[in-house]
Amino acid sequence: MANKYFNMQLDVDAFLPASAEDKAYMVQMRPSTTFFRDGVKRFVKNKIALISLIIIALIVVSCIVIPFFWPYSYDEMLGVKLGRPVDSSYNNLAPFEYGETEQERIAAGEKVFPHLFGTDSQGRDYFIRIVYGARISLAVGFFASIIVLIIGMTVGAISGYCGGKVDLVIMRIVDIIYSLPDMLLIILLASALKQTKLDQIIQGTVLEKIGANIISLFVVFGVLYWVSMSRLIRGQILSLREQEYVLAAQAAGARGKWIIMKHLMPNCISVVIISTALQIPNAIFTESYLSFLGLGVNAPMPSLGSLASDALNGISSYPYRLIIPAVVISLIVLSLNLLGDGLRDAFDPKLNG
Amino acid sequence: MNTKTLSYILKRIGLALLTIWIVITITFFVMHAVPGGPFLGEKAISEAAKAALEAKYGMDKPLFQQYITYLKDIVTKFDFGPSIKQRGRNVIDIIVSGMKTSAKLGLAAAGIALVCGTVLGSVAALRRNKFIDRVIMVITTAFVSMPSFIMGTFLLLMFTVQIMLFPANGASKGGLVLPIITLSLSPMANITRLTRSSMLDVLGQDYIRTAKAKGVSSTKIIFFHALKNALIPVVTYCGPMIAYIVTGSLVVEQIFAVPGIGRAFVSSITDRDYTLIMGTTIVLAILIVVMNLVSDILYKVIDPRITLE
Repeated sequence: MANKYFNMQLDVDAFLPASAEDKAYMVQMRPSTTFFRDGVKRFVKNKIALISLIIIALIVVSCIVIPFFWPYSYDEMLGVKLGRPVDSSYNNLAPFEYGETEQERIAAGEKVFPHLFGTDSQGRDYFIRIVYGARISLAVGFFASIIVLIIGMTVGAISGYCGGKVDLVIMRIVDIIYSLPDMLLIILLASALKQTKLDQIIQGTVLEKIGANIISLFVVFGVLYWVSMSRLIRGQILSLREQEYVLAAQAAGARGKWIIMKHLMPNCISVVIISTALQIPNAIFTESYLSFLGLGVNAPMPSLGSLASDALNGISSYPYRLIIPAVVISLIVLSLNLLGDGLRDAFDPKLNG
Repeated sequence: MNTKTLSYILKRIGLALLTIWIVITITFFVMHAVPGGPFLGEKAISEAAKAALEAKYGMDKPLFQQYITYLKDIVTKFDFGPSIKQRGRNVIDIIVSGMKTSAKLGLAAAGIALVCGTVLGSVAALRRNKFIDRVIMVITTAFVSMPSFIMGTFLLLMFTVQIMLFPANGASKGGLVLPIITLSLSPMANITRLTRSSMLDVLGQDYIRTAKAKGVSSTKIIFFHALKNALIPVVTYCGPMIAYIVTGSLVVEQIFAVPGIGRAFVSSITDRDYTLIMGTTIVLAILIVVMNLVSDILYKVIDPRITLE
């Protein structure tokens, strides 16, 4: 009951230097987190985005790995063997059916690799065609976005950093390109470039397999789609340039290059990554659309759009041939979109207004 | 309307005209850069016949002069010249006859998308995080990322092959139902998401609370206070929606065999009917640019809070 009354006497113990134990108890040290780690933490919490990432990763890995061990190739007509008449029993096989010679081999006790999705009207294994189609679609989406990224970022950064007349002229051009109806011009350019000598120019190079159409698609993407990226970058640079930390850096004697590299770019990077991620499904979409119209990849090479378009002819007998590529495209586009949204939520909290 | 708004509108119209001119120019020079020319068809024709044909279509003149003539014909007479593959028909006639069907298709799709989209979006916002909101959001997310040709082929498969509810041919009676649904689904999903987010934003505003506090009935609040303001952002989507419907109709008309302008465009590409390709590209581009212009101007005019550049 000593403390019951007001006491002027000081408790001397309270003024002793803290022991190490006390210090450890008081100070709750947490490991300092970087911007990236913080974003990853937020991203992992977002289940939908995580699932999309897993789906995308699975599709990408299988697109890369499966062609290496799959016994059939995308342009191999199974019924056509050198020196023998065409075996039409291989055409239009339903999933898990076998051609005549294959059935004989099975009867003889051999193991034959099944045709998971059957074969198409020319006796090509449909599963591997789907895999190649997805491969083409993903590659087109990825490279088109890279092109857009490079052009958009360069122009946007120049426009934003230089300001003044340069900015005015670039932004007028951007405005005009932005208001052009892109899809119509893509179709126009693709159909025109298809007629040019591009095929002969690229003959013998790596580009030959991709075909003139896809190259024209890249050209069109490079010409038309960079504008929104450059607008975004310019806006970022403009607003970042006015930030206090840039002023502080200038006051501390930093030069232009240092400010761009150390202060402006890192702060732009999240916006850049996010919009690139959202650009990929856009490109895939466009590619499948063009392929569907017959302006996509060159003939034996499949793409998801051309597979769907080919399947239209036999829609009543072989509906699964349409459904499979359709589901794959939708899955890729949907997961990429959700992944992009997830990245935006995780790495750029400012954007979610 | 003050002078600032007026000058903004004039600037936008100027930009739109410039855009249309650029589209015409690009189209003209791209089509003329294509090697082979329109008369190199399957059959070889004699030099004399070729020269005669070129003289008839004015193709023997220098390129720049052809361009000026082409531009002048479009501006003064809206004339795109004769179709090269379809003998005796003018490009503009083919476009007009296709436009009748396509306009029906596009307008119906846009109307359905707007009405259903705003209703679904409002319902989702009012029942936020409830079951129905979740269902609407999942379905719209799926629709947004499905290309129109996929949606079209699925509908074709379901309703003409499996259930035989509608005719597969777009030219026959009732044949436009499926193409309209196909074209309206993705814009509808977009409008739903847009309405939902702007409705949620509006419902959190102070004036809604004030209205509630003074005892306004909730129907009145939803329709007169909230929805009116929530629909403003939807106006901005109208331009892109028209662009989507126009490009979407290219494939959808192909899938359902609708005799519209989109089908004419696609078949003109495979036929290499250059004048028709140019004509359709230009008409569709003008349509898209004008719709974008209208929706932009409308947006600035109906919402006085929006500051003009």
